[in-house]
Amino acid sequence: MATTTVEGALAGAAHDHREPSYIQASSGLKAWLFTIDHKRIGMMYLASVWTFFFIAGALALLFRLELLTPNLDLLLHLVGGENAAMIHAKALDLYNKLFTLHGGLMVFAFIVPSIPASLGNFFLPLMLGAKDVAFPKLNLASYYLYVIGASVVVYAILGAGLDTGWTFYTPYSTTTGTAVTTATLGVFIMGFSSILTGLNFIVTIHKMRAPGMTWNRMPLFLWAIYATSVIQILATPVLAITLLLLVMERTLGIGIFDPAMGGDPVLFQHFFWFYSHPAVYIMILPAFGVISEIIAVHSKKHIFGYWAIAISSVAIAIISFLVWGHHMFVSGQSEFAAVLFSFLTFAVAVPTAIKVFSWVATLYKGSISFTTPMLYGLMFLFTFTIGGLTGIFLGALAVDVHLHDTYFVVAHFHYVMMGGTVVAFLGGIHHWWPKMTGRMYPETLGKICSVIIFIGFNLTFFPQFIAGTQGMPRRYATYVDQYTIYHELSTVGSLILGVGLFIVAIYLLVSMFKGKQASDNPWGGASLEWATQSPPIEHNFHDTPHVDTDPYNFPNIDRSASIGHH
Amino acid sequence: MTTTTAPHGGAAPPHGHDHDHPSFLAHHFDTPAQQEASAKMGMWVFLATEILMFSGLFLAYAIARWAYPEMVLEAHHHLSIPMGGVNTVVLITSSFTVAVGVRAAKIDNQKLLQWMLLATIFLAGCFLVVKYFEYSAKFEHGLLPGRFYTADYIAKDLTVPSPLGGPHTFFGIYFLMTGLHGVHVVLGMCVMTWIYLRARRGEFGPHFFTPVENVGLYWHLVDLVWIFLFPLLYLVK
Repeated sequence: MATTTVEGALAGAAHDHREPSYIQASSGLKAWLFTIDHKRIGMMYLASVWTFFFIAGALALLFRLELLTPNLDLLLHLVGGENAAMIHAKALDLYNKLFTLHGGLMVFAFIVPSIPASLGNFFLPLMLGAKDVAFPKLNLASYYLYVIGASVVVYAILGAGLDTGWTFYTPYSTTTGTAVTTATLGVFIMGFSSILTGLNFIVTIHKMRAPGMTWNRMPLFLWAIYATSVIQILATPVLAITLLLLVMERTLGIGIFDPAMGGDPVLFQHFFWFYSHPAVYIMILPAFGVISEIIAVHSKKHIFGYWAIAISSVAIAIISFLVWGHHMFVSGQSEFAAVLFSFLTFAVAVPTAIKVFSWVATLYKGSISFTTPMLYGLMFLFTFTIGGLTGIFLGALAVDVHLHDTYFVVAHFHYVMMGGTVVAFLGGIHHWWPKMTGRMYPETLGKICSVIIFIGFNLTFFPQFIAGTQGMPRRYATYVDQYTIYHELSTVGSLILGVGLFIVAIYLLVSMFKGKQASDNPWGGASLEWATQSPPIEHNFHDTPHVDTDPYNFPNIDRSASIGHH
Repeated sequence: MTTTTAPHGGAAPPHGHDHDHPSFLAHHFDTPAQQEASAKMGMWVFLATEILMFSGLFLAYAIARWAYPEMVLEAHHHLSIPMGGVNTVVLITSSFTVAVGVRAAKIDNQKLLQWMLLATIFLAGCFLVVKYFEYSAKFEHGLLPGRFYTADYIAKDLTVPSPLGGPHTFFGIYFLMTGLHGVHVVLGMCVMTWIYLRARRGEFGPHFFTPVENVGLYWHLVDLVWIFLFPLLYLVK
């Protein structure tokens, strides 16, 4: 029988007195800015990543509007110049800068830190039954490194201009006159933040688990965060040295990426994707973790295949280091390498499919409640599966040669990153909102918005698959007439998506102050974060909790458990 | 879900707001052992990231050496083996002094601990002074990275067509690797100074010496990287 032993929770209930929450514990701006409380740092990350998400999203809407018609028009009005040719050239430049800033901010300032730094920071110690992460001061330092790095990137792109795309490919990045050095410095700093956060989480999971919290009693969200942290630790230093080499190439002309001096520009792509492919899993693995929690709690059923889901996260982390060459099928690498990378890329589909099937099996005969988080969870299963399967198309060598650098690729990674990570992030925020703020969000409005987002998202990106297969290349400001219909649909979809996300942001902000008071455990979750009060007290638990069951025991409703050996 | 209360008293582990906490134990750890294990593990993970960062440069070195073996052989003659050798001895000695420092903290010999930290900082300084003279000599002879390279008298007879794979690549890698290593030496001196100041306040002893041990681990890594750099760059033949 499920027995979660939490002294604090019981004491609180018995005496019916509530300690001040982490929000009430101290007040004033300084108490927040210099806090070492992981919950406050998590909230600060949440606010920051959403700020960057909205900035980068607004840019996307801007160039989506430009793409409504085949020729340049909107951007022409935004730039000045003496004659038509100059205005035209400037508008094209502006387009390049817009998608660079969109991609750079979305990747480095939003998706990489999104779930792990905000929800991870807030819930990792709570779910472990710890008082804080292992290194609270380092945690605060990572936050400020992140803010500084992101600001430097924004400055570099807005103030000085950058048009390389988020990938900084050589030789263009070593020869362009734009602010590559400043931007890479910003990314370098954010990389440090990412490394330190990963380090902190790994040590916390190893050393700070509450008594009885064995590895197989850890919520799957933590397994996902753990696998993510391992990738952060192993891949980000390589990005650091890559960017350092790029800066040295530009300032000292060391010639390492310059064929005229005996170097090789493709070496940059190897270095870059050795980080950036694993980084793709830094972006998606935490989302898997969130989905495991949402699906199990909102269908009140023990998660299907606990170990399969846990270990497949680690398997994805390992395989992620062996597939970087699939970004370089047309870069001139050897055919043997390309075949090998193609094969290894297919291998990623195995652990990923194990997860998807396990979630679907968890839903089977569960007591599903269609709450807002659950709607996002179901949406994830739909959109992420499309994103994942189209990844197989791109991993197939011959098909990739046709689809390389087309809108098919754009649609694929938006289905994974937005349809996967952002949707899971939204689901996670709604799922844990009562715990984080002590208030409920408006449920009906939440459901309506999730439907708006679902429609907007698919309308934006599905036509891009079709445009891509027909040869529409990415990163162009103009296109031939035959693609007009897909771009029109896409632009309309992006506006719907934008409206949906905007309403979500507004009602969440309002609910922080006006929302209904949340109970300690509104969804009936069994993991430790639900055992403390909402919002949690400063030290999380009155006393270190003792754990003697796994986090997916929902004894009153769980049917599968009663059929077996009980 | 049934919920029971664990017995209070002796059986329960100590809590955050306890009164019998030693001063060095941070609020969020239950026991000093947990704190020590966390700090050590954190340091090892950090060292792993350091190795990975350097590994990018070692890879660049390997590619250059594989692509242009004669050039690397020719160019390395212009590095000073005596200076590199002295620096190797200096760094290995400093690794020894910091190890003695950790031991001193364990046996509560405060004077020895402080002296050993000072000795390590001093030796790190010596390393940088030697490095300064070495770099100056390279600058004078135009043995500089990439497009700043002006020493055209080297490697004239090489079959490698200049400027492809010329010695500028070797010196580019030389300056990058030793430069990044040098930055680590400077950072090590800063951290060591901070640890020294804490040692003077008597913060460390047999019950609490993790910071000393961690800075020692970091310092050993700096030493270790140099032990690879020296033969790879100076002793090619």
